[in-house]
Amino acid sequence: MASNNEDPFQFREFDEAGILLEANKDAVTISIEDEDLMSKRQRNAGLTPDVDEEESLNTDDKSSLLSGQRKNVPFWTFEYYQQYFDIETYHVKERIIGSMLPWPRKNFIQVYLRKNPDLYGPFWICTTLVFAIAISGNISNFLLHFGKPNYKYTPEFRKVTIAATAIFSYAWLVPLALWGFLLWRSNKILNLVSYSFMEIVCVYGYSLSIYIPAVVLWILPYEWVTWCSIVMALCLSGSVLVMTFWPAVRDDHPKVIAAVLSSIVLLNILLAVGCKAYFFSSPQRDSPAPVTVKPTSST
Amino acid sequence: MASLEEASKPFAGLSDVSISEDIPVEGDISVPVGPSRRDDEFSTLDEPVKETILRDLRAVGKKFIHVLYPKRSSALLRDWDLWGPLLLCVTLALLLQGGAADSDDQGGPQFAEVFVIVWFGSIIITLNSKLLGGTLSFFQSLCVLGYCILPLTVAMAVCRIVLLSGTGKVSAAIRLVVVTSSFGWSTFASTAFLADSQPSNRKALVVYPVFLFYFVIGWMILTFTP
Repeated sequence: MASNNEDPFQFREFDEAGILLEANKDAVTISIEDEDLMSKRQRNAGLTPDVDEEESLNTDDKSSLLSGQRKNVPFWTFEYYQQYFDIETYHVKERIIGSMLPWPRKNFIQVYLRKNPDLYGPFWICTTLVFAIAISGNISNFLLHFGKPNYKYTPEFRKVTIAATAIFSYAWLVPLALWGFLLWRSNKILNLVSYSFMEIVCVYGYSLSIYIPAVVLWILPYEWVTWCSIVMALCLSGSVLVMTFWPAVRDDHPKVIAAVLSSIVLLNILLAVGCKAYFFSSPQRDSPAPVTVKPTSST
Repeated sequence: MASLEEASKPFAGLSDVSISEDIPVEGDISVPVGPSRRDDEFSTLDEPVKETILRDLRAVGKKFIHVLYPKRSSALLRDWDLWGPLLLCVTLALLLQGGAADSDDQGGPQFAEVFVIVWFGSIIITLNSKLLGGTLSFFQSLCVLGYCILPLTVAMAVCRIVLLSGTGKVSAAIRLVVVTSSFGWSTFASTAFLADSQPSNRKALVVYPVFLFYFVIGWMILTFTP
């Protein structure tokens, strides 16, 4: 105690001071700042009991939990985008699997994103899907015509551009519209659940991941396989989307609920069926094609 | 006064030097920094242009060898340049010219498209790895990604030679094997350089875009038909 009193710089080392204070409780050295510090530390400890493991990650979680949102960095800085890439491999795996397997009462945003939406997944899933559609469309076209006379194989590189336009505009414009709509509705009706723009983008991006294996299946020249995989993918991704946005519109007027959910599902169907129709030529449509071309060229 | 004189005593030697008027002031002005090794090796001012170009080409060639044996990984990262990537990219784009039905809409990739895919692709991958917290600098990563196209460019040259002999099933099979192996080689080499800059729990996130990038380039090479 004597040593504690004679060194005025002792109070800078809070840990040691705390240990000393706990060691001999009858010491009269407790000042107001110390009490403040101790209570603060106890509060922190009560909130996050597992401080030791993964220090940085936990502090990040803690800060985001306490503030309820991310730190405000202007959008033109590098750090702003860095916070949307603050994920690890198992997060991405978990989110992709979560977007493929809808589970009742499991909201994708609340279970997997937890106020930490990323842009890595949506961006690379969209890019992969673009090339998967273009390449497998090309392969299926090749398989369909293989061995036929006067068929000349072409790489159809133009399809990449068209697929990129379609996929990226779906993955960005639909969330934008949905976000605007939900914002407008939340002004009229008090909703408990509100999603940020990035969360909606993230859900939409991850919901496209089921289409990557589906699109690869479309290579097979059997129509029933194609349609089965389309229906499967539609059910899975559509139900994930519907279950995610259900809490956000739950308290609204029934007509609005129906409109929102049906437009989400309809746009999803439109994307899948549109891609199938445009990038993959079906054998039924293929045989009358030369017949229909002839009259247009003669007139 | 006495104290002043005492105080100026330490500088007595200096004042002597400045006073002497009959001796002209002369001497060497030298920067007291250790001689940099680079200057000793070559002073580039008075050498023939041929040597300058050859030296740069030799440096590029050395890095090509590093790509082919990706275990010695430091040289490609230490002094990056973009000459090699430019050379490889232009070669690849030129070799991909003259493909099937160039005038047709449904043809293969044009020169500009190849160029854009290679450069924008590597820029996006670099940004991706920087955003994930990689330690490599922007141009280092760009340099590595560009140099690692080398196996695919070689595969393109081989494909053109194979295509000269015909476009049957055998040539298609040979091209498939060549492109697949060079795609694997490219991915492996760039991974060897890039993966160390990332924390281990994010390696897969960095490697996947690289894989996709070379896959698309490999696809362009494989589908090339004259």
